[in-house]
Amino acid sequence: MLQTIKDIIDILSAPTVSFTFLTVAFPFVFPPTDWFEKIHRKFGIWRLWTKPGFYGGMFAITFFFVVGYFDPNFHVTLTKADNFPIILMIYSMFITIWWSMYQAYLNDERLENGLKPNEYNDPDDKVLVWPDLVYIEFIALILFMVFLIVWSILVAAPLEEPANPAATPNPSKAPWYFLGLQEMLVYFDPWIAGIVFPMFIIIGMMAIPYMDINKKGDGYYSFKERRIGMFIFMYGWLVLWLFLIVIGTFFRGPNWNFFGPFEYWDAHKVVPLNNVNLSEYIWVKTLGTGLPANILIREGIGFLVLVAYMGILPILLAKSWLKNYFQEIGPVRYTFIMLFGLSMLALPIKMYMRWLFNLKYIIAIPEWFFNI
Amino acid sequence: MENKNKKSFLERMGESQVWKSIIRSGVPRSRRQRMQAILGSVFLHLHPARIPKHAVKIGYTWCMGGLSFFLFIVLTITGLLLMFYYRPTVEYAYTDIIDMAEQVPLGIMRELHRWGAHAMVLTVWLHMLRVFMTGSYKPPREFNWGVGVLLMTLTMFLSFTGYLLPWDQLAIWAITVGTNMARAHPFIGHEGPGASLLAIGDINLVHAGSDVRFALLGGRFVGEASLLRFYVLHCIGVPFITMILMAVHFWRIRKDGGISGPL
Repeated sequence: MLQTIKDIIDILSAPTVSFTFLTVAFPFVFPPTDWFEKIHRKFGIWRLWTKPGFYGGMFAITFFFVVGYFDPNFHVTLTKADNFPIILMIYSMFITIWWSMYQAYLNDERLENGLKPNEYNDPDDKVLVWPDLVYIEFIALILFMVFLIVWSILVAAPLEEPANPAATPNPSKAPWYFLGLQEMLVYFDPWIAGIVFPMFIIIGMMAIPYMDINKKGDGYYSFKERRIGMFIFMYGWLVLWLFLIVIGTFFRGPNWNFFGPFEYWDAHKVVPLNNVNLSEYIWVKTLGTGLPANILIREGIGFLVLVAYMGILPILLAKSWLKNYFQEIGPVRYTFIMLFGLSMLALPIKMYMRWLFNLKYIIAIPEWFFNI
Repeated sequence: MENKNKKSFLERMGESQVWKSIIRSGVPRSRRQRMQAILGSVFLHLHPARIPKHAVKIGYTWCMGGLSFFLFIVLTITGLLLMFYYRPTVEYAYTDIIDMAEQVPLGIMRELHRWGAHAMVLTVWLHMLRVFMTGSYKPPREFNWGVGVLLMTLTMFLSFTGYLLPWDQLAIWAITVGTNMARAHPFIGHEGPGASLLAIGDINLVHAGSDVRFALLGGRFVGEASLLRFYVLHCIGVPFITMILMAVHFWRIRKDGGISGPL
C-alpha cells in the first residue's frame, strides 16, 4: 500500500508531470480572469484559502516528509543538514502564502460590501512605539535567537572531506537558493540560464512597481483588485523559482538525472540524449539536405522564430487582444512588460519543446557560443 | 508603610545622573516620556514615535524585515569571532574549521553563522513576499522596493561567497558550479557569445586568463586566489555595499511615509 503510494509519488514528481500539473492548475488556484474565477468557485478550489485548506496543506506536506523520513532513499536527501533550510522554506512559504490569501479573501469580501480593509484604522488613532512596538521586536528577536541556538546545537554545520579539485562529486550542486538557476541549465545554455535570466529576474523585479500601474491593493491584503499581477508574480515565484529549487534539491541525482523522491540514486541510470536542434529538424529531417555551410542561413529559421516571438508577437498583441491595455499603459511600459514577461514565459515554452519534440536549441551556433 | 513617598529602586535609578545622561528622558512612564524615549535614542529613532495600529500586528508585518536586519547583526558578530580563528589559505582553511568545532570554547559559532545565513536568505525572501502580498511596493515606495531587490541579491551573494570558505568538497564544487556561469557571460566571458568579437587581429582579448570568471576567481579554477578573493568579498566587500544600501532602505521607509497601510 505504502509502496504503491511511493511509486505514484515518484511518477507524479517527474518534472514533465508535476510541472504540467502546477502550470495547468495555477490559474484555477490564483484565478486571473472571471472565467477562471468561476471554476475556482464552482469546484471549491477557494477552500484552499480557508482554515480546512490550511490543515489539509500542512497535513499533506508533513505526510510527505514523514513518509520520506522513513524511506531509505529519501532519508539520505532529506536529512542532509544543508537541506533543512529547504524544508523550512516549504513550510514557511505555504504558511505565509496561505495566510496572505486567507486575509486577502476576507478583505475582498469586505471591499465588495463597501467596507474598508481589515487593516484600516482611524489615522488619528495611533499607538506608541514605546512600548507597543519595541517590545514586540524584542520578543521576536529573543525567540528567533533561541530558535537559532537550538538549531545550531542540534545540527552540526556540514563539513565534507577537504577540497579535492581532482574528485568531482556527482551530482555537483550549487547552494540551495541557486538550484532553480541550475535547473534552468537543463533547458538553456549557461549564458542564458546563468547570466541573462538572473539579470532579467533582478531588473524585472525592480521594475515591478513601474510596470504594475494598478493603484489598488496598496497597504492591505487583497487578491481580486490585483489578480493579474498577483497571478503573474506568483507563477514566477512559486513555480519558476521555488518549485525548481525543490526539483533541483530533492529530485536531481547523479548526472543531474531525474529521480523520484523514493527512488535510489543510481549513478548508472541511462537516459537517452537524443536532442535535436531546430536547424537539423529543418535542413536534415524535413528538406533532406545537409546543413548549409553559412551559419546565418543554417540558423535563419531560428532567428525568424526568435524575432517573431520577442518582436512581432508583442506588436500583434498590442493591435488585437491587448489593445486597450496597450493604450492604457503606453509603449514604454508595454515594451518592458513584454520583454520580461515573454522571457519568463520562454522557460516553460522551452521546457515543453524539449519534452515534446526533443528540441535542443532554437538557434544553435556553438561556433559563437550563441545557443538559445 | 513608613513613608508613602518612598521611591522604588527603579524610580531612583531613573532619576540618577548616570541614567539621565544616557537615556535622556528618564524612565518612560508618561506619554510624553515614551515618545521622548524613541526620539531621544539614536537607535530607536529609526522608528517614528507613533505608528498606526496595524503596524504592530504580526499578521501584517511578519517581522521579517526586522529579523533580516537582526540576522545581519548576528552574522556580523559571529563572523567576526570566526575571523579570529580562520585563515583563508588552502593550507589552513579546512583545519581551522575543524579547530573551531573541536578546540574553541562554545564551538557553535560556525553553526550559528551558517544556519543564520540560511535563515537570512529565507527571512529576506519572506519579507519580499510580505511586501508583495500587501501591495506595499506601490507608489511612493517603488524606489525602496528596488533597493530591497538589490539587498536580496546581495544577501544571496553574501551567502554564496561564504560557501567557499570551509574549503571542503561541498564548498569548492558548489562554487565551481556557480562561477562556471561567468564563463558564459556575453562578451566578457571567454565562452560567452560575442567574446570572440573582442579581438585585435588574431589576438583574443577575452580568454580563459582574462575574462570575468578569471577576475572573480583570481585564476582559471577555484584555488588559493579564489579563496582569498571570496574571503575579502565575504568579510568586507559585500557587507560594505549591503550596509550602505540598508541605510538607504531604512531611511526611505521613513521618507516614504512609514509602513504601508490602507488609506
